[in-house]
Amino acid sequence: MGKYLAKRLGQSLLILLGVTVVTFLLLFLLPADPARQIAGRSASAATVESVRQQLGLHLPLWEQYLRYLGKLLQGDLGRSFVQRTEVGELVWSRLPATLLLMAGAIGFELLIGVPAGIVAAMRRGKPTDNAVMIASLVGVSAPQFVVGILLLYVFAVQLEWFPIGGYGTFAHLVLPAMTLGILGGGWYGRMTRSSMVDVLRQDYIRTARAKGAAEQRIVLVHALRNAFLPLLAMIGIDIGLFMSGAVVVESVFGWPGIGQLAWQAIQQVDIPIIMGVTLVSAVFIVAGNLLADLLAPLVDPRIRLR
Amino acid sequence: MALLEVEDLTVSFAGSGRRVTVLDGVSFTLDAGEIVGLVGESGCGKSITAMSVMRLLPSPPSRVDRGGVRFAGTDLLSLPERRMRAMRGNRIGMIFQEPMTSLNPTFTVGWQIDEALRLHTGLNAEQRRARCLELMGLVGVGAAERRLGQYPHELSGGLRQRVMIAMALACGPEMIIADEPTTALDVTIQAQILDLLVTLRRDLGTAILMITHDLGVVAEYCDRVVVMYAGKVVEKAPVESLFARPRHPYTTGLLASMPRLDSGRGPLASIPGMVPSPGSRPPGCPFADRCPNVLPRCAPEMPPLETGPDGHAFACWNPMP
Ligand SMILES: Nc1ncnc2c1ncn2[C@@H]1O[C@H](COP(=O)(O)OP(=O)(O)OP(=O)(O)O)[C@@H](O)[C@H]1O
Ligand code: SF4
Ligand SMILES: [Mg+2]
Repeated sequence: MGKYLAKRLGQSLLILLGVTVVTFLLLFLLPADPARQIAGRSASAATVESVRQQLGLHLPLWEQYLRYLGKLLQGDLGRSFVQRTEVGELVWSRLPATLLLMAGAIGFELLIGVPAGIVAAMRRGKPTDNAVMIASLVGVSAPQFVVGILLLYVFAVQLEWFPIGGYGTFAHLVLPAMTLGILGGGWYGRMTRSSMVDVLRQDYIRTARAKGAAEQRIVLVHALRNAFLPLLAMIGIDIGLFMSGAVVVESVFGWPGIGQLAWQAIQQVDIPIIMGVTLVSAVFIVAGNLLADLLAPLVDPRIRLR
Repeated sequence: MALLEVEDLTVSFAGSGRRVTVLDGVSFTLDAGEIVGLVGESGCGKSITAMSVMRLLPSPPSRVDRGGVRFAGTDLLSLPERRMRAMRGNRIGMIFQEPMTSLNPTFTVGWQIDEALRLHTGLNAEQRRARCLELMGLVGVGAAERRLGQYPHELSGGLRQRVMIAMALACGPEMIIADEPTTALDVTIQAQILDLLVTLRRDLGTAILMITHDLGVVAEYCDRVVVMYAGKVVEKAPVESLFARPRHPYTTGLLASMPRLDSGRGPLASIPGMVPSPGSRPPGCPFADRCPNVLPRCAPEMPPLETGPDGHAFACWNPMP
């Protein structure tokens, strides 16, 4: 176990290192010139050049990278080009909001997806199943931007059940979590259904029936535990992919999280912030997978961590 | 009165476009404490018979078209589902062929045996625990304490099948249906498991419906035998009578193809041809196209199952002498 964990953490660090290299290259190959961006459109060439010197952007790329990495290893994510604040502080202060949104979204996804998938599996081929599958398909394919605006319009503007945007209370969380959850819920629903259908065909389900267990018990006790393993892996992936959805949704709902920070930074070509946010997303991906793998033996005792 | 009476049981499945009759007028009985073998080649309807008795076939696509199943005087087919559940695993136990896949991989074997007790008895946790330990002893599993806490994948095939049997026995059933309980096991383990079943019958008086395609098992362990072919019962007899004088040509073929120690021949190698699939059976004797004794009337006319004075019944127009 300890050995396994050490190995996985080592791998994770290597992955994160790779991420810094790739992001760094990509960002500096962008046609946009951050020095020009910061100095302003009307600034003279000399001003732009002095900004460039100040930020160290005149150095060769490899040197810039090594400087960045050196600071990173000391826990320093650098300073924002635009606001001149510490990126670490910016990210850190926005992390709770994003984690809260993540918990809300994943909770919402599981809450609608898993029961819907179970019901569909139990009513396989019947109208209920078809209805659930169509609904999940809509959920999966609806653009988050549109869903967000729609929910905002109906539930915040028209019905006034929830605030239009912002952060602070549970009511603020509902609509953004729902926007993210509708997409994920669709995925979980489809996944739960197929996993459940597969498990319900197994011999041990027949054994449970022959033992006299009622249908509900068979589904909720005997089958669900076995069907949960693919879902667990999916939760891991979900955590990893969370940031991509969060960028849109946090911006639509004015949710002060890392996604919103990323959105602003992209517009301003604020490279240190983009780097920082990318790193945080990469940490999410790595941590999500690790978490799923660590929890797997609790669901399926046949799995050994090696 | 017999413990189990299966009478004219006819079961069909909705196939693509049409219904196919899979069981056709199956009748047999099982007395209390008796071991009856249900034999026949693969696909002849043995498992479907067992599943119909337990009412475990999904419906649709399956449907009982005719006939009945009485267990201890109760008509099982008309029982409400809730009362049928009270029978399963309580008064009727079932053991399956594949001990590898028939136990749930995510629960300990102790939990799975205990569940039968939780479902059907009012015992408290302590009493159930004691019963589980007792059951493990009954089926010959040593180190019971430790075994109960293990998961199925930590046990060998033979041990798993013993656990299955313990589970089926948990509530003291009057009857156990064993659907090829040893087919998936090594030869030496097979004998151990079958011996165990016979011992349990002797000590507890549990009747056993033993489904197998191995006539050697029948000869050694059963009191009576029911031979099925293509969804029909073609011969029924006490074991001695059947082996002394098999009357149906199919039974003769099965006997001739029994693997012997001196020849390495696989089972059934000596009956040419194949079991007709449920959709393509002739109106008369289903064995007609493989039968050495076939007469012109065989394919169009179904011979009736007639019982002789010694309780030996067979359905054939031109039986073996
Ligand atoms: N769901 C189903 N739909 C249609 N036909 C079925 C279905 N299940 C089984 N059958 C048919 O019923 C027949 C009897 O099957 P059954 O499983 O009872 O055979 P068996 O005697 O137990 O054979 P084996 O020795 O292989 O276990 C087979 O011919 C099979 O094709
Ligand atoms: S009825 Fe005819 S075909 Fe059928 S087993 Fe007897 S002799 Fe053979
Ligand atoms: Mg079978």
